[in-house]
Amino acid sequence: MTHRIEMTVNGEPVRAEVSSQMRLLDFLREELDLTGAKEGCGKGECGACTVLVDGEPVNSCLMLAVEANGKEVLTVEGLGEGDRLDSIQQSIIDNSALQCGYCTPGIVMSAKGLLLRNPNPTRDEVVEAISGNLCRCTGYARVIDAIMQVSASSDSQEEGSER
Amino acid sequence: MAREDYLGVGVIRNDAVEKVTGAARYAGDLKFPGMLFAKLLRSEYAHAHIVRIDTRKAQELPGVKAVVTGKDFPNRMGLYLKDRTPYAVDKVRYYGEPVAGVAAESLEIAEEALRLIEVEYEELPPVLDLREAIKPGACLVHPDLHTYEIGAAFFPIPNTNISNHFRIRKGDIEKGFAEADLIFEREYYVPHIQHSPIEPHAAIALYDRNDKLTIWASSQSPFAMRNILSHSLGFPMNKVRVIGPYVGGGFGGKAGLNVEATLVPLAMKCRNAPIKLVCTREEEFRDTFVRQGMLCRLKTGVKHDGRFTAQEFEMYWDAGAYTEYGVNVTRAAGYSSSGVYDIPNMKTDSYCVYTNKPVGGPLRGFGHSENHWAMEQHIDQIAHELGMDPVELRRINLQRDGSTNATGQVLRNPGIEQCLERTAELIGWQEVSGPGVIEPGVKKVRAKGIACMTKAPAMPNDAASSAIVKLNDDGTVYLSIGAQELGQGSFTVLAQILANELGVRYEDVRVQPIDTDFSAYEWQTVASRITYSCGRAVIAAAKDARRQVLGHGAKYFGVPVEDIDIAESKVFVKSDPKRSVHIGTLSLGVTLPDFSGYGGPVIGRGTFIPEGITAMNPETGQSEKPVANWTYGAQAVEIELDVETGKIRVLKVAAVYDAGRVINPVTAKTQVEGGVVQGISIGLLEEMKFSEQGKLLNPSYIDYKISTAADIPDELLVDFVEVPQEDGPYGARGIGEHVMVPTPPAIANALYHAAGIRVRTLPMTSEKVYWALKERASASLR
Repeated sequence: MTHRIEMTVNGEPVRAEVSSQMRLLDFLREELDLTGAKEGCGKGECGACTVLVDGEPVNSCLMLAVEANGKEVLTVEGLGEGDRLDSIQQSIIDNSALQCGYCTPGIVMSAKGLLLRNPNPTRDEVVEAISGNLCRCTGYARVIDAIMQVSASSDSQEEGSER
Repeated sequence: MAREDYLGVGVIRNDAVEKVTGAARYAGDLKFPGMLFAKLLRSEYAHAHIVRIDTRKAQELPGVKAVVTGKDFPNRMGLYLKDRTPYAVDKVRYYGEPVAGVAAESLEIAEEALRLIEVEYEELPPVLDLREAIKPGACLVHPDLHTYEIGAAFFPIPNTNISNHFRIRKGDIEKGFAEADLIFEREYYVPHIQHSPIEPHAAIALYDRNDKLTIWASSQSPFAMRNILSHSLGFPMNKVRVIGPYVGGGFGGKAGLNVEATLVPLAMKCRNAPIKLVCTREEEFRDTFVRQGMLCRLKTGVKHDGRFTAQEFEMYWDAGAYTEYGVNVTRAAGYSSSGVYDIPNMKTDSYCVYTNKPVGGPLRGFGHSENHWAMEQHIDQIAHELGMDPVELRRINLQRDGSTNATGQVLRNPGIEQCLERTAELIGWQEVSGPGVIEPGVKKVRAKGIACMTKAPAMPNDAASSAIVKLNDDGTVYLSIGAQELGQGSFTVLAQILANELGVRYEDVRVQPIDTDFSAYEWQTVASRITYSCGRAVIAAAKDARRQVLGHGAKYFGVPVEDIDIAESKVFVKSDPKRSVHIGTLSLGVTLPDFSGYGGPVIGRGTFIPEGITAMNPETGQSEKPVANWTYGAQAVEIELDVETGKIRVLKVAAVYDAGRVINPVTAKTQVEGGVVQGISIGLLEEMKFSEQGKLLNPSYIDYKISTAADIPDELLVDFVEVPQEDGPYGARGIGEHVMVPTPPAIANALYHAAGIRVRTLPMTSEKVYWALKERASASLR
């Protein structure tokens, strides 16, 4: 059985007809060619497929495409403006908080979700926000530092910016 | 003249922007027109004859393009020992072994087709217990072992389950034990574990109308894969092409040839259709390489003053159903079996044993995590029993200039002493002796532990590297290598080396993706050998290109070549630096004032092969130079033990390695940080559990935990010692694997200092520690 769905993906309206069992992850990767979200386990255990749905981090392997009907989906490809990286992406680079990069888009999106709802998280809150994102390369400390730095710098930016 | 523009500089990784934006492509992200999808039917028995396979119904299912079984491709393959086929032929040897493969228009159809394949098995008794497997008359996993093709460095014992018996016979072992005042003997065990890269294995295979097989694979070893495939297919090498996009973590699991082989017979049946296979996480846990288990007995003779006189080491490797790669793990663990100590008399026997378990293979550390788990706890325990501080006992026995290791190799200036002293300093080591005692009512105790390590690249003596440097007319430089970027930062460091040698800006170097049809040859991205070996090839290629550019510059400016230099992508006259030109202007040759041409496009080539490594004596394992080099290191931890639950938390880690020369301090440091956390994970959490029938019980992250962001130490101090490696690039040697080797024994030693208990089998779970605490408490009451 197929369903008509409509959603916003990275700010663009998307309409499609999808089967009942199609996962949001497959819809993004296979139908929209947005391969930034990765599949690491298919069971919501590793977080590599994390995207934001209405601002909340979601394991897109555990959500059906039809469940995202009418919602706003943000993937790693939708971050930043033009060639300008989002501050969390830049901070991951500046802190050398990536290695193989496979978990990185998921971590970036978990961090983005955290900072959207809590711009000044404590270190424990950062750890909790990414504790569902497995990484085998980095040992996590630099990832945590990178997210903390964004929250610290957004403090100083906030005053003068119009965002 | 040696330039140092980019040495010791923590430049930003050249893969960073691609990776944070999701633009970096991995094998599983690739998509081609007309692509088919593969699924594999896997054995549900650990050991059984295949009586009958009926694939007719599957073949008739609409959308199914091909179904294959072992009979379609019975050729054996393997890196060091040809004992393996892509699909089981007549017999399955582990629970999960591929029995049939399907290629279909969609994954759903392929999965449905698997359900339509009928397989009739006749169960055989599974060989699951290592001790049983080595008994005379044991059921044989490979009765035909004696007929298999095997490398000259390996010694199978026909009509047993032993596919390699590596031996060290150094000095006079009986005399050594006779001279000892005390003898200590203990058993240690490490379980099977999984690499667990976050990217599961993925591959796409295409067999085209020109009879060419192309494979896009998540692989550490495009060239080795081409080599193995070519040999097993009987294809000329030019008919096999392997393309390697970014690898989402390897840790050894993506070395050699692995799940990719299952696509080959399917591709040959579906001419011109690319077929994609992506492992599920369950398959990734069980059906790629795993780290084999190891049971060992270590016996050491010691003088009262702490000096070691003799060591006898028996290692039995639970190597699984196929040991094509695993045989070399058992060899490496054998030749490194003195660890960092100078032991005059040694006897080591390392046995690679077939069992009906998943296929053992390389995992970061390659046998050294396993033998150091034993050696580095053993020496600590001996120290306590001698009433000596463990650091002091290590000092007494450390290898120094002129010492010999297990192979009898005379060592020159090993950096271990500096590593040990610096580690002790960083952790704030204070002398300890004897077991820790927990006072009544105390709920949490803290203690420190230390461990050393050494490892050499485990590779064939002639493992080679090469590099091609192409200068473009915009001044950018293409670097073509066969070394893969697995996350360790090889593309960054090799680009730095090139920029440094050629005199161009690091930002202008582009490392080309790997394609065996176009890239310069590399043996494999394993053994922590890329900075060392490929680094040397890149230096040579850059020097070659530089020589050409200097010649062009001399002609261009009309000055002697000695008066030309290159820096920051500018070619200039040394005696008059205002006369300079962008390197791109000279990239394709020089146009002279009379409009005639000179020179031509700049292409540099470079190669490296480590020289002077000779085969070890097959009886004694002795050799003047058995390996390319040894990297030494030490780690210390401070733990907090929760006495009520047995939970260990690692609070602080100090890690010091002799990198020879640190080319990029950031990537070097991040290697250590990641390795230490992986070491903690393996030390405290990781174990593959098997049922009595040999079925893997925990192939998921729910049941097989790895460290999360919540499990890391509060403080991680990293430092490097730099004792130059004679033939390394600028003196550098590898550290990638070494960094997770000493972590588990350092934790185990801290546990003893905290509570007077030892858990000699990994991992040190809360449960095991809890029961050990209980046992010690009740023993002290008696």
